[in-house]
Amino acid sequence: MSELKLMKGNEALAEAAIRAGVDAYFGYPITPQSEVIEYLMSQRPEKRTGMVVLQAESELAAINMVYGAASTGKKAMTSSSSPGISLKLEGISYLAGAELPAVIVNVVRGGPGLGTIQPSQADYFQSVKGGGHGDYKLYVLAPSSVQEMADFVEDAFDIAFKYRAPVLILSDGLIGQMMEKVTLKDQKERMSNEELIKKYGNWAVTGKKDRERNIITSLDLQSEKMEARVHRLLKKYQQMEKEDLRFEKIHCEDAEYLIVAYGSSARISQKAVELARAKGIKVGLLRPITLFPFPKQQLLDLAAQVKGILSVELNAGQMVEDVQLAVQHKVPVLHFGRTGGIIHTPEEILEALEQKIIKNGHTRHHKTRESSLL
Amino acid sequence: MTEEIIIAGFGGQGVLSMGKILAYSGIMQDQEVSWMPSYGPEMRGGTANVTVILSDERISSPYLKVYDTAIILNQQSMDKFEKAVKPGGILLYDPNGISHHPTRTDIGIFSVDGAKLAAEMGNKKIFNMVVLGAFLKVKPIVKLENVIEGLKKSLSERYHHLIPLNKKAITMGMNKVKPYIIKDTVFHN
Repeated sequence: MSELKLMKGNEALAEAAIRAGVDAYFGYPITPQSEVIEYLMSQRPEKRTGMVVLQAESELAAINMVYGAASTGKKAMTSSSSPGISLKLEGISYLAGAELPAVIVNVVRGGPGLGTIQPSQADYFQSVKGGGHGDYKLYVLAPSSVQEMADFVEDAFDIAFKYRAPVLILSDGLIGQMMEKVTLKDQKERMSNEELIKKYGNWAVTGKKDRERNIITSLDLQSEKMEARVHRLLKKYQQMEKEDLRFEKIHCEDAEYLIVAYGSSARISQKAVELARAKGIKVGLLRPITLFPFPKQQLLDLAAQVKGILSVELNAGQMVEDVQLAVQHKVPVLHFGRTGGIIHTPEEILEALEQKIIKNGHTRHHKTRESSLL
Repeated sequence: MTEEIIIAGFGGQGVLSMGKILAYSGIMQDQEVSWMPSYGPEMRGGTANVTVILSDERISSPYLKVYDTAIILNQQSMDKFEKAVKPGGILLYDPNGISHHPTRTDIGIFSVDGAKLAAEMGNKKIFNMVVLGAFLKVKPIVKLENVIEGLKKSLSERYHHLIPLNKKAITMGMNKVKPYIIKDTVFHN
């Protein structure tokens, strides 16, 4: 039976992981996501489903434990916050290179460096532009509610196994720490090796019996083979763009101005849209749910309709670059955001929209490159 | 109906749990709720606040600049949040430890001696329930029966024997809350 609860985003994600039949979680505590491992431990998942939950000795150990478990075809995940994710990037690049399914959760805090423990979205570049070394991408899901923190765990594993690729859930301190109503799904059984092979193919290291041995590695010293591997990855990313793009449009039908925001910023921006509409300003909100794939075509289509776009992010201006690329400078695209752990208020967002986009006379008739890069 | 509330005071006063009980009470009457704490390097004695929203519709921003109601439990929070009450909104506070009382004349101001009443009832920990009762008298947004159901959900079962005491504290707050009078102006809800 599905169950209605009041939970923190971090707790909802942890509970959803148990219910989704995840086999293993390896982590190392860091604010603002320590509730994930705390909650998992408190639930004794080894008794509930046989799920392994282990506090590793470091972030490096945790991500490499994920690599090991994923190699055997198990559903393995880890979570951390910004500085911890930086430590895990080597392992994430290896997961991508070795074509392993895994789920990584980043509950972002302010940076760079040790930064602050308050919410931030300053890891956008790190998440969608690689982060680790090499030609790889992560499928990136950006939850904007506690319900999505729960729902995206299963969605992330579905994608990870469909493509044999690591998937990132990019959350932040606000969504991780807040409580909302959440409907939890029924308990699913963990996947057996037989199911794995039937559903996703015979690629994992499951104990060789009557088959060729499977080798899991990201190393290919022969250039032609390595290039073929890179091309294989590229094809996956193209398929993701075709088949698994996710976004939400709010009040876009008659919008004259557009806000683009994801995660916590999308929630706050939605209130800014409500405030704007109460004043008679027709503003819409495009919320990318996946940051890669990115809703490029949807933005380009909206650019033909609106007079200007504001990219609202809790950072110094990162996603704005992708929005600008997507709309090909057809309309001005500017950034607004607070940093250092400060959260913008709906009123601040509306003011920024009025000052930067509406009052500045940035209309589609003044579509110079300079004006859009202010 | 949407009610946007900030509850602010010292860590250890039960600010976060008061918010949680309120949120659970909202769920008990099928409302959408959000509970957004100020988290940080905070500890007992430091400041703590939580934004709680109860609504009949999907809640957009869980983080706000202005509120329908501010429940204020220390001076720092008074300094920060008196100005954040929407015109026509409500400010409820416990005068204990407050040196600068509120001065706004465009909002309804109410006070309750929560700390004193809880001490008189012999359990300082139920302070937050006295204040919650005061709030629910001024703004009856959730029914008492739903608060009790919310308490049952919020407290682990080994504390369920304390529910009657909590109910008593809420009723105490309801009975003892009073309008705060600035000069000749009396606010009524």
